[in-house]
Amino acid sequence: MTMRWFRKHLLTFAAMITLTILLVPNLVVAIYSFNKPDGRFNYRLTKFSLDAWLHPCGTPGICQSLGLSLRIGITASIAATILGTMIAFALGRHRFHGRSATNLLIFMPMATPEVVMGSSLLALFLNIGMSTGRTAILIAHIMFCLSFVVVAVKARVATLDPRLEEAAADLGSTPVSTFLRITLPLAAPGIAAGALLAFSLSFDDYIITNFNASPDSITFPMYVWGAAQRGTPVQINVIGTIMFLVSVLVVVGGQLIATRRARAAAAG
Amino acid sequence: MPYALLAPGLLWLIIFFVAPMITTLSTSLQEGNVDDGFVFTGNVAIYWDALHAYWPQLVRSLVYAGTATVLSLLLGYPLAYYIASRRGRAKNVLLVLVIAPFFTSFLIRTMAWQSILASDGGLLVKVLGWLHLTWLFDAFGNVLQFLHLSPNGEILYSPWAVIWGLTYNFLPFMILPLYTSLDRLDGRLLEAARDLYATPRDTFRFVTWPMSLPGVVSGTLLTFIPAAGDYINSRLLGNTQTVMIGQVIDSQFLRVLDYPLASALSFVLLVLILALVTIYVRKAGTEELV
Repeated sequence: MTMRWFRKHLLTFAAMITLTILLVPNLVVAIYSFNKPDGRFNYRLTKFSLDAWLHPCGTPGICQSLGLSLRIGITASIAATILGTMIAFALGRHRFHGRSATNLLIFMPMATPEVVMGSSLLALFLNIGMSTGRTAILIAHIMFCLSFVVVAVKARVATLDPRLEEAAADLGSTPVSTFLRITLPLAAPGIAAGALLAFSLSFDDYIITNFNASPDSITFPMYVWGAAQRGTPVQINVIGTIMFLVSVLVVVGGQLIATRRARAAAAG
Repeated sequence: MPYALLAPGLLWLIIFFVAPMITTLSTSLQEGNVDDGFVFTGNVAIYWDALHAYWPQLVRSLVYAGTATVLSLLLGYPLAYYIASRRGRAKNVLLVLVIAPFFTSFLIRTMAWQSILASDGGLLVKVLGWLHLTWLFDAFGNVLQFLHLSPNGEILYSPWAVIWGLTYNFLPFMILPLYTSLDRLDGRLLEAARDLYATPRDTFRFVTWPMSLPGVVSGTLLTFIPAAGDYINSRLLGNTQTVMIGQVIDSQFLRVLDYPLASALSFVLLVLILALVTIYVRKAGTEELV
């Protein structure tokens, strides 16, 4: 009896174990954000405290690095989204020579380990005598985010019905207004997903950034890495927890908008 | 028209992705030092030296990444299958729970495993202590020691902890492609199998698994490639005996400043991974990946 019940729910158990593994670290980060550690490292739970939540910038450099990462993340994701969306439309809508070469070029950055991309870009900058720093980081981030945007937008463009655009053209719409009023809104979910992915990849990147950074361009992941060697301020956990909550809100909000749009479309 | 759309993005990739690869190859064949500068000499012997000195780290990286990929597949498949079999709101909630951790800093989440796995005041040993199950923690450590996955029976700072960190960090990259291919699976195929008296095991073996292969291929690639080059997990969760190749490239480039050696190692890693990926994709028979 118990054996049969167990076997029937085996899949559920296995799924829940994996889900727990995925979520436990986030829970631990949140719990430790209320800790007052007894040493430089936040390993042992000692005393409950709201200090870090009340003073999230209370440790030198942390909020400057956060601001820099946000600025780089926003700039890189906008640039990568524009460039990537253009490529995705070309691939999704046109037949042309060099298509498979283009696909290969898009695929390659995703099949290359970060350490190789980061060190190669540094080798290029060293050889042409360009200094590392913010510009170098931005160039690198746009480069590795691009392919992911192309993949996300291309998947959406493939599902669009070209007859909608033909209908708009038949009704006298100019190509530009057809694109702005029909194609772009329909492709928007894919573009938004691509932009969000690009932002999170850029915001979270350590390895490639580390190769191309200078002492005055410390991003948030670099700050965290430095802290991991010297001593971890509790503020890191506060920011990690806020990031988790904000991303849940963004993803849930995105899904709500998608559901509402689908319902409105179904209603006519 | 398509070329105008392609040009800016592809140009970016050619200048900042393809050109750096070529520069890496040419840098690896230079000789010299930081103070006097480097000159191209076509010193191919550097590849022999690099492989001779760092083959253990290279092999270790591939073995750790391979093990982590297999573990992620074993852990990820049931969850992907479960999510694909749900409907409506439950499905959306589960997907959010898989994606959301990925948006929180990779480094912070990896550091959380330090506080979970530490034997001295770690969360795992504490929770097991409350449940009077501390022996489980010790037993696990002993098993790891027996399997040579931990030199002294410690769970943190052992090869096992590094493999575990890699598995955990790249799990969403395994689950999402698996979910996409399982979600597309036509329920009528499973019904047909049942009507033809296939056992659940046969249905899985002859219908579900083959139909999910595209997801398995892209999931394993998306896990293996970043895991092979990663060194954050080996630095934060490992010891001096778990150094992976990415760590060597990083320190040769940024600390030792031996650019030719670092470039040679970087190039070897790239070629090795591309070769493995090509063989794997050919074997699995899926050409269209993007």
